[in-house]
Amino acid sequence: MSAALLEVQGLSHRFRLKDGRAVRAVDGVDLAVGAGEILGIVGESGCGKSTLGKTLIGVLGADDGTVRFEGAPIQNLDGTALRAVRSRLQYVYQDAGAALDPRWTIGRSLDEALVIHTALPRAERDARVRETLAAVGLHGDQLSLYPHEISGGQQRRVGLARVLALHPKLLILDEPTSGLDVSVQATILKLLVALWKQYGLTLLFISHDLAVVRSICTRVAVMYLGRIVETGPTAGIFTNPRHPYTKSLLAAVPLPGGRRVIDEAWLEGEPPDPLDIPSGCRFRNRCPMAQPLCATDDPTLRPLAPGHNAACHFA
Amino acid sequence: MTELLAVRDLIVNYHSERGIVRALDGVSLAIGKGEVVGLVGESGCGKSTLARAILGVLPVPASEVRAGAIAFGGDNLLTLASAEIARRIRGRRITFIPQDPYGSLNPLFTIGQQMLDLMHWKSPRAAAAGRSAWPAVLSRYPSARRAQDRAAILDMLGAVQIPNPEQALAKLPHELSGGQRQRIVIAMALLPQPELIIADEPTTALDVTIQAQILRLLHREVKRRQVSMLFTTHDLGTAWEICDRVVVMYAGQDVEAAPTPAFFAAPRHPYTSKLLESLPRTDGVAQDIPGEIPSLIAPPQGCRFHPRCYFATTECTITRPPVSGGAHVVRCYHPLGASTGVAA
Repeated sequence: MSAALLEVQGLSHRFRLKDGRAVRAVDGVDLAVGAGEILGIVGESGCGKSTLGKTLIGVLGADDGTVRFEGAPIQNLDGTALRAVRSRLQYVYQDAGAALDPRWTIGRSLDEALVIHTALPRAERDARVRETLAAVGLHGDQLSLYPHEISGGQQRRVGLARVLALHPKLLILDEPTSGLDVSVQATILKLLVALWKQYGLTLLFISHDLAVVRSICTRVAVMYLGRIVETGPTAGIFTNPRHPYTKSLLAAVPLPGGRRVIDEAWLEGEPPDPLDIPSGCRFRNRCPMAQPLCATDDPTLRPLAPGHNAACHFA
Repeated sequence: MTELLAVRDLIVNYHSERGIVRALDGVSLAIGKGEVVGLVGESGCGKSTLARAILGVLPVPASEVRAGAIAFGGDNLLTLASAEIARRIRGRRITFIPQDPYGSLNPLFTIGQQMLDLMHWKSPRAAAAGRSAWPAVLSRYPSARRAQDRAAILDMLGAVQIPNPEQALAKLPHELSGGQRQRIVIAMALLPQPELIIADEPTTALDVTIQAQILRLLHREVKRRQVSMLFTTHDLGTAWEICDRVVVMYAGQDVEAAPTPAFFAAPRHPYTSKLLESLPRTDGVAQDIPGEIPSLIAPPQGCRFHPRCYFATTECTITRPPVSGGAHVVRCYHPLGASTGVAA
């Protein structure tokens, strides 16, 4: 892995409730994203993966911890400094197309990002817009159309083009393919990989879909109840998972034509109330390997193989 | 296997401001007794329209059934009076599991109240008691029957693995998790002892570990009771998990039907084969299907997949291919594996 582009240490975000209690949605996350990686953040609903993404770019404030991007801390920036970081570190929402103004043509929406973030003259902005539009597979003559005149899939492409026009370093993609049919999903994934290569991007790919993550990510981090419980190279995580939660998660994914989950998956019960996280290891109530030690000692990520870490006493 | 339900050449149109939407274009499908059939297709392919047509809940007057028949136990559900379907069939012999249980449970009533209401009208005991002379809302719920129904509900909650069934009955829907609510609506679909359950993407909204639990539960319970099930899904993985047979739809047409193992081992329709190739792979990025799903207002003539099909010839653009094959049915002029297998 090359030098870390994004470094996260002890990051936490708590949602406070009216009654004074707090949901520890992100609870002490350590993470390093190397330049050129596609890092998948996987986990089930409520594990904090989206909150992590939003805390990273500062949409949500961090209660604890630090985020360093290209070596410099990016928390509590304002004005120009924040804008400079944002043009290189971009967040792409699930439905990127929904971010388009319905009353603006696609050309104007694409131009706006460049007006705000760059000092390019009009002709160069125009060239940049056409170049990124071509990169996402759309034609220049679609610039004069309004969002409702193109399909939902094309809207997503425009949303992506709008982000790419700024030539960012790192994209945080929040569930970019959820809610899509598999054939459309394949189109978007192909496009993302092509753009990743063309622009030399680094991607943080937040997803609940393990099959998708396996197919495009170079490295994977598995989250459970606000913590990263295992991280490693994609092949290592999928062929030799070490944390019992990762094992159970993988065992629950249907493999058309392969083994049947309904015969083999073993994880029973549901994740505990995030307001009432178990002491020690937060997975212990559902874990078949749990020992008394797990109730008292909170395991931290420890290396098990090169680049492969798991937070489990018995992994 | 004896046939329980047979849909034949069903044509359904919707009227919209932009024109007539040709949602189902001569769809046929059969479900055997005790069989779990997966109805697979991408959004807008007509799977929910077909499910609604079987349940007799197509929107009126926005939809129009142009042709076809739905045979179920000696009745044609398309010609039967809607009051008759409501009284004898829907909710009793054919029940429904929705995608979003939160949307079908009343947020203001306890789970117990809602389940007892169901039993009041739709339990086998209610059927045995016959029709009351009173208007439905005024008819009594005899306490002996009520007690028996309550016991049956508690039994069923045990079967769907709800912890502390007694306590669950006193809860409101929002006090349960998504997985628990899905277990409740599965229990409600099983309680009337139906012959057929229509399950509309029942695990789409669930996390993968909960999905595995729910699929296992659903499979065990329908097989144990020999209930047939039509399971609509856009997810080939879940179809693989619990279906005996798979029927694939594309843009309002049925294109292939086969036993699950044969289907996944050797799909015969070009669309199906492309759909399987578009699943995420372990060795690199999946292949997509060039082009987009056509508008159903002006769908392509003939086989609706022909504009995106590598094998399409002139005949594909004129008339829809007839059914061919025995147990593995395909509607295509140029099915895959035709030279080695059944004559096309």
